[in-house]
Amino acid sequence: MIEAILTMGISGLAFGVLLGVAARKFRVEQDPRVSRIIEVLPGANCGGCGYPGCSGLAAAIVAGQAPVNACTVGGNTVAEKVAGIMGVQASAVTARVAMVYCQGSRDVAEPRAEYVGIEACRALDQLGGVKGCPYGCLGLGSCVKACKFGAMYMSSQGIPVVIREKCTGCGACVKACPRKLIELVPADKQVHILCRSYDKGPVVRKYCKVGCIACQACVRACPLKAISMDRGTLARIDYSLCDNCEICVSKCPVKTIVSYKLREEKAVS
Amino acid sequence: MIRTRALSGGVHLDDRKISSGKPVEFAGIPPEIVLFMSQHTGAPAKPVVKAGDHVLAGQVVGEAQSFVSASVHASTSGTVKAVEDRYHPILAKPSTAVVIEPDGKGEIWEGVAPGSDDISTLSPEDIIKIARNAGLVGLGGAAFPTAVKLSPPKDKPIDVYLLNGAECEPYLTCDARLMVEEADEIVFGFTAMMKAVGAPRGIVCIEDNKPEAIMAMEKAISGKPGIELCVLKTRYPQGGEKQLIQVVLGREVPPPPGLPFDVGVVVSNVGTAYSLAKALRTGMPLVDRVVTVTGAVGSPSNFRVLLGTQVSFLIEKAGGYTGEPGKVIMGGPMMGVSLPRTDVPVLKGTTGIVVMTKDEVNLDKPLPCIRCGRCVDSCPLRLLPVWIAAYSDRGMYEEAEKYRALDCCECGVCAYRCPSRRPLVQSVRLAKQAIMEERRARAQKVSG
Repeated sequence: MIEAILTMGISGLAFGVLLGVAARKFRVEQDPRVSRIIEVLPGANCGGCGYPGCSGLAAAIVAGQAPVNACTVGGNTVAEKVAGIMGVQASAVTARVAMVYCQGSRDVAEPRAEYVGIEACRALDQLGGVKGCPYGCLGLGSCVKACKFGAMYMSSQGIPVVIREKCTGCGACVKACPRKLIELVPADKQVHILCRSYDKGPVVRKYCKVGCIACQACVRACPLKAISMDRGTLARIDYSLCDNCEICVSKCPVKTIVSYKLREEKAVS
Repeated sequence: MIRTRALSGGVHLDDRKISSGKPVEFAGIPPEIVLFMSQHTGAPAKPVVKAGDHVLAGQVVGEAQSFVSASVHASTSGTVKAVEDRYHPILAKPSTAVVIEPDGKGEIWEGVAPGSDDISTLSPEDIIKIARNAGLVGLGGAAFPTAVKLSPPKDKPIDVYLLNGAECEPYLTCDARLMVEEADEIVFGFTAMMKAVGAPRGIVCIEDNKPEAIMAMEKAISGKPGIELCVLKTRYPQGGEKQLIQVVLGREVPPPPGLPFDVGVVVSNVGTAYSLAKALRTGMPLVDRVVTVTGAVGSPSNFRVLLGTQVSFLIEKAGGYTGEPGKVIMGGPMMGVSLPRTDVPVLKGTTGIVVMTKDEVNLDKPLPCIRCGRCVDSCPLRLLPVWIAAYSDRGMYEEAEKYRALDCCECGVCAYRCPSRRPLVQSVRLAKQAIMEERRARAQKVSG
């Protein structure tokens, strides 16, 4: 009994001293700013900044490898706080939100085949999809599953919808889409051409009621020349030129071009 | 008589070769021909015609751009309507194609000149050159450029050439019919292939469910030195290159990047031998092939089809659908792809079109894996499909790679035998795609 107590006591004391010495001798100096930045970051570890989690970004900011406004999720408020900790001035973050460039829901782009298999867009993409459009949304919601902020849902007609107020612009959905239909766009831009089909007009009409038919009415209508044709068969907006005037929205015969401002006003009224 | 070995794994299938008695007939000139620049393994060809050009049968419309590639030729005479992106049935995405509106005359290009009926006058290099100029690829399905196959590395001598007439996929009868009707031509092409690689011995391999083909080929090879016949017990996937080598010769091809060259063997399909014979004799490049249109169609048939003919045209030629179609498969039912649309053309590697009715198609949802191990027992490559699929489903592609997902030949035996109907091949294919993307990204990082 007494031997046991002595053995445990002495060895405990010896290890305690050893640990104490080691703690002082091998101490790693960590910049206190790192832990303070981790505290102000959102802590979602979404990876939208390109670093492995929030602590990775914090270390990169302190090391000077990342700008203080690198966290798109936190936006301006977090950028200011981080700038305060770092003692610099934060330049404004342009808030960006995810935009799904396809409106081909089941009611406007009818499925022509039934799919049974792995419920992931990448799996269906290997088989070409069921809607007839080789460019459009596959409709299995891999982007929605990838969203860590609950900012996306599948509509009843099988097309992903972004809740713009909740979207943090982390880009997880952008990576999840095998057809590259999601992009991050400046949040203040209201007018978007929601189609990515490079097929010619008559071909598009066969499989989708809201796909771009390359009639170029929007190109002619735009007073700022912000719309141009990509490969001759798809209209695209240059966001740096667009001023949300919405003239193209009314000119588009197939309603491929939408304005979120008009939509929201309609929702309010 | 060659003593064959048992196939490792595999499965015995109900072969349903309902079109085996139907002679090959010409399907006719369709209203539109769509020739993809990518119909083969390797780099796509480059279009050398433009909209408005008049082309003749056999004229080059797409030129091979690298060593592992194949040229594409106009399959009939007509006007080029467009060079544009069309939906590619195998790549499942838009791909460059030359679209031709046939004039119905079928005029032959002046560059198509009759060749030689005597192989002894041709050098191996001549034969390889003819195969290359003819845009010849393996017609068994994978569409590997034949000229590459006929040029084995100098340090790897070839002692046996296998002619693959196994046709182990159910429903398909295109190879069987070709052997019955054109046995002499096939042997002519085969002799040229053997000469090109310098193989002293050739073996014609046929499964025992094709007695007519066996008889015809036996007659055709009698008196031909160095060529033997090997009759195989019917079993799927015996027609796979590696499986055939294992069964007939008892040699095991090393896992990728190992090739049949490494064990001194080359394997070619009977259809390829026939097309090479045609290219040697008449100078006509690969512009048509035999396609079996079968299953739930009015009259299951074997057609000689101009490349680029639409699937819907062929189904109509075969009497249209009987009953409600549930699935249209390009290729055989085991390894083919089910098509989301039928306005796609026949490619060089299209062996058949199989239509299944709604009742025949099982659309039940997969159930959880019960660890029965049937997929492991039946995998002809001795992989562990259960683990590759499990890792793939969880996005753990590095582990899937360690379990050698890339070695999978996608024969589909594992999924066929799975009592829970799990889409194992699909999982493996996803893993393969992810692994290859990762490799490309890494290679880019290194170079950039």
